Amino acid sequence: MSATTPIPEADGIAACPVSLELNGQRRHLDIEPWTTLLDLLRDRLAMTGTKKGCDHGQCGACTVLVDGKRVNACLTLAVMCDGKQVTTIEGLARGDELHPIQQAFIDHDAFQCGYCTPGQICSAVGMVNEGRARSRDDIREQMSGNICRCGAYPHILEAIEDALPAARAWAGEGER
Amino acid sequence: MNSTSPIGQPLPRVDGRLKVTGQAKYAAEFEIPGLLHGSVVNSTIARGRVRRIDTTAAEAVAGVVLVLTHENRPPVASYDEPYQDDDAADGSPFRPLYNDRVLYSGQPLALVVAESLELARYAGSLVRIEYDVEPHQTDLAAVREQAHPAPEEVPSRGDFEAAYRGAPLQIDHEYGTPIEHHNPMEPHASTVHYQPGDELIIHDKTQGVQNCMRYVEGVFGLEGKVQVHSPFVGGAFGSGLRPQYQLPLAVMAALKLKRSVRVVLKRQQMFTFGYRPRTLQRLAIGFSPNGRLEALHHGSLGQTSRFEDFTEHEVEWSGALYACDNVQLEYRLGSLDVYTPIDMRAPGAAIGVYALEAAMDEVAYAAAIDPLQLRLRNYTEINGNQGKPYSSKELCACYEQGAERFGWSRRPLEARSMRDGHELIGWGMATGVWEAMQMPASAKACLAADGRLIVSSATADIGTGTYTVMTQIAASALGLPMDRVEFRLGDSRFAQAPLEGGSATVSSVGSAVHQACVGLREKILDAAQQSPASPFTGASLDDVAFEDGELVLKREPARRVPLTQLIQTSGTLEAEASVKPGDEREKYATGTHSAIFVEVRVDEALGTVRVTRVVSAVAAGKVINPKTAASQILGGVVWGIGMALHEETWTDHRLGRYMNHNLAEYHVPVNADIHDIDVFFVEEQDSVVNDLGSKGVGEIGIVGVAAAVANAIYHATGKRVRDLPITPDKLL
Ligand code: FES
Ligand code: FES
Repeated sequence: MSATTPIPEADGIAACPVSLELNGQRRHLDIEPWTTLLDLLRDRLAMTGTKKGCDHGQCGACTVLVDGKRVNACLTLAVMCDGKQVTTIEGLARGDELHPIQQAFIDHDAFQCGYCTPGQICSAVGMVNEGRARSRDDIREQMSGNICRCGAYPHILEAIEDALPAARAWAGEGER
Repeated sequence: MNSTSPIGQPLPRVDGRLKVTGQAKYAAEFEIPGLLHGSVVNSTIARGRVRRIDTTAAEAVAGVVLVLTHENRPPVASYDEPYQDDDAADGSPFRPLYNDRVLYSGQPLALVVAESLELARYAGSLVRIEYDVEPHQTDLAAVREQAHPAPEEVPSRGDFEAAYRGAPLQIDHEYGTPIEHHNPMEPHASTVHYQPGDELIIHDKTQGVQNCMRYVEGVFGLEGKVQVHSPFVGGAFGSGLRPQYQLPLAVMAALKLKRSVRVVLKRQQMFTFGYRPRTLQRLAIGFSPNGRLEALHHGSLGQTSRFEDFTEHEVEWSGALYACDNVQLEYRLGSLDVYTPIDMRAPGAAIGVYALEAAMDEVAYAAAIDPLQLRLRNYTEINGNQGKPYSSKELCACYEQGAERFGWSRRPLEARSMRDGHELIGWGMATGVWEAMQMPASAKACLAADGRLIVSSATADIGTGTYTVMTQIAASALGLPMDRVEFRLGDSRFAQAPLEGGSATVSSVGSAVHQACVGLREKILDAAQQSPASPFTGASLDDVAFEDGELVLKREPARRVPLTQLIQTSGTLEAEASVKPGDEREKYATGTHSAIFVEVRVDEALGTVRVTRVVSAVAAGKVINPKTAASQILGGVVWGIGMALHEETWTDHRLGRYMNHNLAEYHVPVNADIHDIDVFFVEEQDSVVNDLGSKGVGEIGIVGVAAAVANAIYHATGKRVRDLPITPDKLL
């Protein structure tokens, strides 16, 4: 249950038991059917690395990986994640070693305020998994679901382009 | 500064790791046991009175603890002064939940507080409000005749009317810019941590923690009981310069319930406070056949609310940027049933310089002169508004090097002369200009017992890189490696700092950080001289150096002592400094300048525009960190592209209400909209602006970009669109 406030029982609607793997840890949770994955993470589990920018699937700030695929957590009901693997920005690094895309974002200054950044990075990792990004234009197009109001796009592009090979290798190692 | 000084190095952000791992905490992300969540209910009419608010259904929801309205809110100040924050406009500031008056559509009228966010949001939908509706006006064009002079002096010189009539060539056009909303990715949020005795620790999204602290203390009579923290800000661009309404609402609920409360605005509610005002601007220019400006009129009509007169520098640039003896500037405001605008990235300049630079392009075509030549022909190093020379102005270097990198010399003069298949290609350019302000600021430097240098000031880092550049300035001053220096900000208890805005933070807070470290040098030397056998006995600051974490005697460099060792005997050393703008500045005009070159490709059949190449050459004095500074300029250019092509908040004037208040319909550039942007800084020495010679780069990046894009579109298509944004429908 919550690290903060327990949610009172709503009349007649039972919370559903959900079991998911969150950043490599098995979690058993009771979740109201209307709770989004985003609100589950931010408000009930105090995992605020995943950001809320619009709550309507319009900005990408809430992007996380569900079974390796990038999804908008604000458009995903938490109960839909039963039995799935959820990876958030907090779960990308291996110990002290940053994921190559995280490191490249620092090296290329691919952010300013940092608020869109967790979503950008998760989205980029998801894009790597999709394996369809071959050119700079592909990356631009496939990263266009993530708004950066600070306008860091050219550096985001450079960072991802630079990190692509290492990110592919990283994903391969993860599978072994 | 020695050769190993971090100043001028393209260092990665010191807060980078926190940001890429999701550990940086923003205003809505602080955990407090027993926290309540508030959801705001906004007005659906633009003007009138609340006749009745029915909160019964909302209150009946299990888990709802309070529905706050003007009828049951805790006491607040009744006069204007406490509400007048550091960035307040002239007039009577908006007072949330003050009474039954509705002043604009989207005005907060109730706050539902519940045990969870979902419950608060749901219960908010059950609040029923009945209104006495009054007729409203939200259309600036409809109040042209009733507009009043802005409460701001705009300079004029010479005799415009006569010179304009006598000029061999003239242009006279109107340019329009729309309402734009900042839309930082992080919505505005306040988390109020309630402590016994009405002491409040507030995490707020703001560009000025002390501004918000004074506001809350004044409005609620809580002098000395309020702390405001804001270590990370998810973008603001001006929207955090004034306290926004979620702050007083969260405070009201916390005081009433004596519990901790968080209020986060929804994206839709990010359209219910300040914005960039719509303007209608007129440029009338008389000039000679060789392009010399003989007479220039720039008038602007901007919108404001009925309760405050919002002003910004929209027309002044036209009296400063070029040589012209007869200049007439005019600035009027139209009051509407809307919220007051607020500064938005390069306030005034973004839109005023757009109109000026678009008009200059029209002058170039009317005189058949290359647009860059035209600028050079009217070049001046005197600010004509003030009659003072610039302390430095390397704009010519920007023109020259920018043109070179862009390949401007190969540009054919005629419009519609370049094509690639179905795309028309155009090249346009414009000049950018912004101020180089400095405000009084303070900082404290402390050499801690472990030998680390901790420097602090109540400033902000809204993505601008404040943490990093201040660390660089401090590390340089004391000859320490970056990782032994920590800069702290975003805490109202820290040394005084101005609002983070106007590109003035490096100049203001940076100077204070530098001075505090200089003060600390003295303390360190003093401490080193305490022991009788000290090699530093009799040495003055000029005789010593601070290098690699050691105090060194210059004439005998073998005599050195590590600061870590010194501090063990002396104990913690501290110095605080307050810095004001120097008197020397009085004699000069100061500013940053830029030249922007743009290539567009316009699909002839669809009217879609792609900005395929941008070169932005910037003169901003000494650049402390070329990496973060380039990011600032890049961001500004992206904003300029959005301003030229995408951004516009539409109002349904029948309802007095915004129609596209979400990120799907309020278009901002996405990654695929942005292509090659080449940013560079030209050398510019300036010993007048401040000790660092640094001018700040937050605004200059956007200024002129929209004009350069519009001018390129004209060059591509032969169509002059004078009403931003230039959407495909306007090009067909
Ligand atoms: S918060 Fe989910 S897409 Fe914006
Ligand atoms: S870094 Fe600020 S929104 Fe992307």
